[in-house]
Amino acid sequence: MSEDVIETIDKKATEQLPEQPQTPSSHMITVLTGIAMLSGFLVVLTAQITAPMIAENQRIAIEKAIQQVVPGTVSNRKYRLFEGQLLDIEKGSKDPVIYAGYNANNELLGIAAEGGAQGYAGMVNILYGYDPKCECIKGFKVLKMAETPGLGDKIITDDNFQANFPVQAKIDMDTGKLANPIITVKHGSKKNDWEIDAITGATITSRAVGRALNDSAKKLLPELVPLIHRLKTKQAE
Amino acid sequence: MMSRPKDNTITMDTFTEGLWKDNPVFVMLLGMCPVLAVTNSAINALAMGLATLFVLLASSIMVSLLSKHIPKQVRIATYIVIIATFVTIVDYVIQAISLDLYNALGAFIQLIVANCMILGRAEAYASKHRPLKSIVNGLGMGIGFTLALLSLGVVREILGAGSLFGIQLFSDNFQPWVVMVLPAGGFLVLGAWLLLFDWIKERQALIEANGGQTHAG
Repeated sequence: MSEDVIETIDKKATEQLPEQPQTPSSHMITVLTGIAMLSGFLVVLTAQITAPMIAENQRIAIEKAIQQVVPGTVSNRKYRLFEGQLLDIEKGSKDPVIYAGYNANNELLGIAAEGGAQGYAGMVNILYGYDPKCECIKGFKVLKMAETPGLGDKIITDDNFQANFPVQAKIDMDTGKLANPIITVKHGSKKNDWEIDAITGATITSRAVGRALNDSAKKLLPELVPLIHRLKTKQAE
Repeated sequence: MMSRPKDNTITMDTFTEGLWKDNPVFVMLLGMCPVLAVTNSAINALAMGLATLFVLLASSIMVSLLSKHIPKQVRIATYIVIIATFVTIVDYVIQAISLDLYNALGAFIQLIVANCMILGRAEAYASKHRPLKSIVNGLGMGIGFTLALLSLGVVREILGAGSLFGIQLFSDNFQPWVVMVLPAGGFLVLGAWLLLFDWIKERQALIEANGGQTHAG
């Protein structure tokens, strides 16, 4: 009895198999190739259309950031620093990039440069503005960070923290180094203008800002300061 | 596919399925990764929802148009290529619209590819129905997903930052409930919403059951 059942099931299974149409491999390859080509076409089309808009957005974002750290900037000129020389930007080079900010009369207002340091939740990348007249850092803007909202992001919103600036960044002419390293100190214990008063509850992020400024300034400024006179008026690109 | 069901009539249910009965977030619990990760503000939630809606809609149309020609053996690969195409398009478009928004959404735009809701719709619905019906259903699902994301994003932004769509709601005396914009807040708010929806459903079922009894009696 039970063997009969199994036999009929077996028969059914073998009968059903040939019913399924076999798709030739050539058909599968054709379909996949066609879909891939269509997909490639759509992606390239979108990339072509949006490329100028994305480039424009990036330019505006950089310009806005420079205006924030070098107040009064109307135009800017990008350079890369290479072995004590200011050169034009080259694609793919990893040399430090600086942005010279100029007013409407093409007079130098300040220099913007990027810095970064490890924060609480990843890198804190900032753009800061250096003013050659006061030999100080006027302010900074966060370019990218993943710090805790409501705690770490106080470095942007906290008025007391922003009041740390300008921070002194003098170059000692004898040694060619920063006269005083920029350091972040415990909240309420700031005594000198090269120190940064940390935010309570966001000490690690505050320290990251100090470290980012110090690391970048101690490398960049000794090279940059002797070249400042060449930047005084805006050069044509 | 040969086993295409004959039923191609579009009813209200085709659309509302995704809004309530089979809501991708609150009922099917699909696409949890963006639901929890990018709903820390209303604007992020809205942008993510709309991006997903676009990908869902466009891939549904493509899949339902091409399903007759796609061999069964390579269908998943084909669907993924189609979905990935539209995700890349969305990625470019968001960059062109706003870099700030793009940075806020981070890797989650690219991760729409792996949103099981979209592949699920392609496999289970779009490949078996006519384009128009797939569009209506995809639209319902996409709007359901967007609304679900928004309902998380709004609650989390109000409680965690004291604002809505970036507009400050309370005076300076308001102490933001910071945990709400942190990852843990996503789980808390999602849990609360699920609790609410399950409670409503259970009540409805209870009323229906009671109604049935009175009819019987």
